[in-house]
Amino acid sequence: MTTAILATQLLALTTGVLLVTSVLLVWQRSLASAVRVLAVQGGALALLVVAIGLTEGDAELFVVAVVVLALKAIAIPLVLARAIRSSGVEREDKPLLNPTAGLVIVALLTTLAYLVSTPIVAATGGTGAGEAGPAAFSAPVGLTMVLVGFLLLTTRRRALSQVVGFLVLDNGIATVGFLTAAGVPLVVELGVSLDVLLVALILAVLSGRMGALIGQDPVSMMTELRD
Amino acid sequence: MAALLLIPPLAALVFGLAAAFVRSTAVARLSGVSTSAVVLAAGIALLALGKVPELGGGLLRADALSAFMLAVVGAVGLTSTWGGLGPRDHGAASAPTTGQRRYAALVCVFLGAMSVAVSTDNLGVLWVAVEATTIATAFLVGHQGTRRSLEAAWKYVVLGSVGVAIALLGVVLLYAASRSAGEATLSWVALASGELQLDPGLTKVAAGLAVLGFATKAGLAPMHSWLPDAHSQAPAPVSGLMSGVLLAVAFYAILRIQAIADMVLGPSLMRGLLLTAGLLSLAVAAALILRQRDYKRMLAYSSIEHMGLLAVGAAIGGPFAVAAVLLHVLGHGLAKATLFVVAGRILATEGSTRIEDVRALLARHPRCMGIVMAGWRAGLGWAMGLTLALLLVLFAGLARASAAMVLGAPVSDAAPRHPMHPGHGSPEGPMTPLVLALAVTAVAGFLSVPLGTVLLRAAAVLGS
Repeated sequence: MTTAILATQLLALTTGVLLVTSVLLVWQRSLASAVRVLAVQGGALALLVVAIGLTEGDAELFVVAVVVLALKAIAIPLVLARAIRSSGVEREDKPLLNPTAGLVIVALLTTLAYLVSTPIVAATGGTGAGEAGPAAFSAPVGLTMVLVGFLLLTTRRRALSQVVGFLVLDNGIATVGFLTAAGVPLVVELGVSLDVLLVALILAVLSGRMGALIGQDPVSMMTELRD
Repeated sequence: MAALLLIPPLAALVFGLAAAFVRSTAVARLSGVSTSAVVLAAGIALLALGKVPELGGGLLRADALSAFMLAVVGAVGLTSTWGGLGPRDHGAASAPTTGQRRYAALVCVFLGAMSVAVSTDNLGVLWVAVEATTIATAFLVGHQGTRRSLEAAWKYVVLGSVGVAIALLGVVLLYAASRSAGEATLSWVALASGELQLDPGLTKVAAGLAVLGFATKAGLAPMHSWLPDAHSQAPAPVSGLMSGVLLAVAFYAILRIQAIADMVLGPSLMRGLLLTAGLLSLAVAAALILRQRDYKRMLAYSSIEHMGLLAVGAAIGGPFAVAAVLLHVLGHGLAKATLFVVAGRILATEGSTRIEDVRALLARHPRCMGIVMAGWRAGLGWAMGLTLALLLVLFAGLARASAAMVLGAPVSDAAPRHPMHPGHGSPEGPMTPLVLALAVTAVAGFLSVPLGTVLLRAAAVLGS
């Protein structure tokens, strides 16, 4: 019984941290601290997997938690931090949104996520065998992260802050997966993790090359190819 | 038997590693061609054997549709890589540069990822393989290292990964639906069998997201904006591979998702989605192809047009339309790979081999008629009427540009220009693969045995 209480409290804590870190990323301008926030978010995601592992009693999930921690809290933030140091760009100084407008939009997106996730919660939120129970009721947090990821991708001008947006989007999808279905099978989880790591590496390398070729402001200078 | 499934990915791995680490010009030149040949042979062998081998609990599984797609990947790969070989440098027998080795290795990885994508039963593995194609092609698109190619590569990776990430959300939700239906599985066979009572509301959201995501990768409007940039900046054989099969592989994923959604929800949801995306793609392509000045971009818009046609065909459903869609996948793949290879050669010098362009265009259009005929049969007359009108516009646009290129008056300063895009290949190269590919394209539509049987068998897999 104590395990169940611990698991539920851990679940509430980690989903809360996931939501708060996503909001912080919208508000945050400094790239280096954005990466630190992203690492905290990765750690929270790993703890969420532990909480679900405790509820489900599934040892495989603890392996997944270690993978998530190594990848999203350590490896990817390190790749990004290195790319930021070598690019010399420290701040997102030309966002399309000021922080206040960003926060208002995040509030709207969160409401939207709760509205659109009704069918997801309705289908998986039962307490029968194979259903996710209380965890499914936090599924809108994952969807909010997906939407915040889109917001960052569309409103940020710096190449590396767009990468941060992509990673938040990916964290959101993983969160939805863990909350509604206790995560995808291990083989698929490993494949997805490897893909995400490689995409982050490729984007870091590409932004470095573009920086060397074009100068400091890659994405907003991308106007060569158009119809 | 089941070992056949392992051959394409293993071949891609072995040839890829060889290309990356053996410092030999022959290996770097021939690794892509060999991988394609092995994939083609495996696909044809699977089709001929006619069984459904399975390996690793459905991690790899090839029914008739998978075997057909495997053969298409091999055939188009062979056309692109073999046709893309430049003449051998007899003078300089030195080791290939790092760039050349990386290019050859990535082409092998690309082919291997597509083979895995079409020969798996697990939707999660399918997603991982499709995302792996983005990873493999990222540096191929940016291979030239110019500002424009880097810009194209950046847009391609960001839009491609984000799009495919949406598909992952769909796949994850399908998994959640199967889990609350009693058996947690990502197996396509189990999901499409109708034995699991998937929740309709959740399946609707999941299938919609998955189709939206894979449609980004398939280049369907309105998520097509990466496609003209990436296809026009990549080296010619890579453009051929991306346009000829990568789009088709993403479309194959849509067909699989469609089968699941149709089983749970009836055909209306997918029909609406695919018809909208298909007609919108045709309209976008028709609007933009008329004023294209760059012929590689023109070919890219033509690919969007063909993906639109495939979507319209899949929306119609039924054995004839799906068989026509598959025939069109083969025809478009071969013809478009040829066109991009030829475009690469035209780019290297203006002149010489332009006649292929026109022949390929003509050979390509009988394919469309299959879909149009099937469409009339299924009673979607208004959509077909619109489709036909848009096709006429597209054909006019393509014909005008090609005719100008083939017949137009020579430019007055006839001095050979310096090749502007050295990465795109040389003006000369083997003609055999191109002639073979076009011959297959021209003849394929009329072969009821064995091709017709194969297509109907593959269409039957999707339950139509």
